[in-house]
Amino acid sequence: MIAQSFQYESPRTIKEAIELLQKYGDDAKILSGGHSLIPMMKLRFASPEYIIDINRIPGLSYIKEEGGMLKIGALTREAEIEHSDLLKKHFPIFGDVTKLIADPQVRNMGTIGGNLAHGDAANDHPAVMLALNATVIAAGPDGERAIPIDEFFFGFYQTALQPDEILTEIQIPVSQHGTGSAYHKLERKVGDYATAGVAVHLTLDKNNTCTSIGIGLTNVNPTPLRAARSEQALFGKELTEEAIAEAAKYASEDCSPSSDLRGSEEYKRAMVAVLVKRMIHKAAERAKA
Amino acid sequence: MPSYTLDINNKIYTVDVDQQMPLLWVIRDFVGLTGTKFGCGIAQCGACTVHIDGNPVRSCSFPVMGAVGKKITTIEGISANIDHAVQKAWIELQVPQCGYCQSGQIMAATALLKRNPKPSDSDIDAAMQGILCRCGTYQRIRKAIHRAAELV
Repeated sequence: MIAQSFQYESPRTIKEAIELLQKYGDDAKILSGGHSLIPMMKLRFASPEYIIDINRIPGLSYIKEEGGMLKIGALTREAEIEHSDLLKKHFPIFGDVTKLIADPQVRNMGTIGGNLAHGDAANDHPAVMLALNATVIAAGPDGERAIPIDEFFFGFYQTALQPDEILTEIQIPVSQHGTGSAYHKLERKVGDYATAGVAVHLTLDKNNTCTSIGIGLTNVNPTPLRAARSEQALFGKELTEEAIAEAAKYASEDCSPSSDLRGSEEYKRAMVAVLVKRMIHKAAERAKA
Repeated sequence: MPSYTLDINNKIYTVDVDQQMPLLWVIRDFVGLTGTKFGCGIAQCGACTVHIDGNPVRSCSFPVMGAVGKKITTIEGISANIDHAVQKAWIELQVPQCGYCQSGQIMAATALLKRNPKPSDSDIDAAMQGILCRCGTYQRIRKAIHRAAELV
């Protein structure tokens, strides 16, 4: 339960942090909330030689709307997201997801940037970000770059972030009228990783036609998965029970969950179908409200 | 070893500890406040819960540097004479069985009542879900939080 020895750095600016990352490269890990990383280090699943704690860098924690974009600073704690009035009003999906992430003490520390940068398909924000079509902003030695969420997740604990880059902000297009979103995960007990999780974000016009749709899946694939075929089955179509059932079927076919203590592959596929249906209905209800 | 200045229970402590040390070990082994417990050590059980600026967090996975400049409150700091409403309710309803998790439970309960003076059952369940009790005293914990809400 004691981590392998490491050197601790606490830079005060992003520039300093990037310089440290350039110096230490792959041997360094960024610490934000630390509630995934520190347990992993104590269990010796990870043994970085250098820890670069970015908590002392000011200006990375905020939730604001700017130029049609919702912008969330990478160091914004899950608890701040959970209790944000702006998000409660415009993005109730954040209320759904944060309440399901671990427990209150973890949410007081855990950050949205860390949840994404960790690159864990079992984390909950990745699927939500896929559904919301988010863009990730990363700062590196040559300045900032924007990474579309579909190009962000690469593999097991791997993201598009380079060893000398820091995730600084998440941008989400603010939805137009008639948009609703919802997230739920099935879990064995409170605070567990998902057996299966589904995020849906959709827009309906007055004819009940689906004019935008995003569906993301949690922990049923080696990487966070966009249910692309399900989206196509709904986009531009009337949101009928048949269309929803088709979308649910495609999502359960296109994911690739592994059998483990949380359930068999078949069970997880079945749960994906159930959750896709439920979340589409819930998002549609919110879109009409 | 670097020296850190910490504000714990409104007292200033200066400790020379390894920079790698999580706050829990500093509080227990260097400051000598042993009311905060080591449970799992990997942010799963909640026995090590303390308040940082009023918010409950797990001190076993909290870098000591992260606490510099913040107000740390441990179980020893919530009242001078064990007369906080939560403590009174805990005694009145005889909540603990083995007691090991209870300082964590009480820290989470006091933080909850500060934010929400009249919590419902589901508010309590949501706020307390981060602390495991092996003896299964959850029913009494819930009852005692309602009782503490009356006593405040």
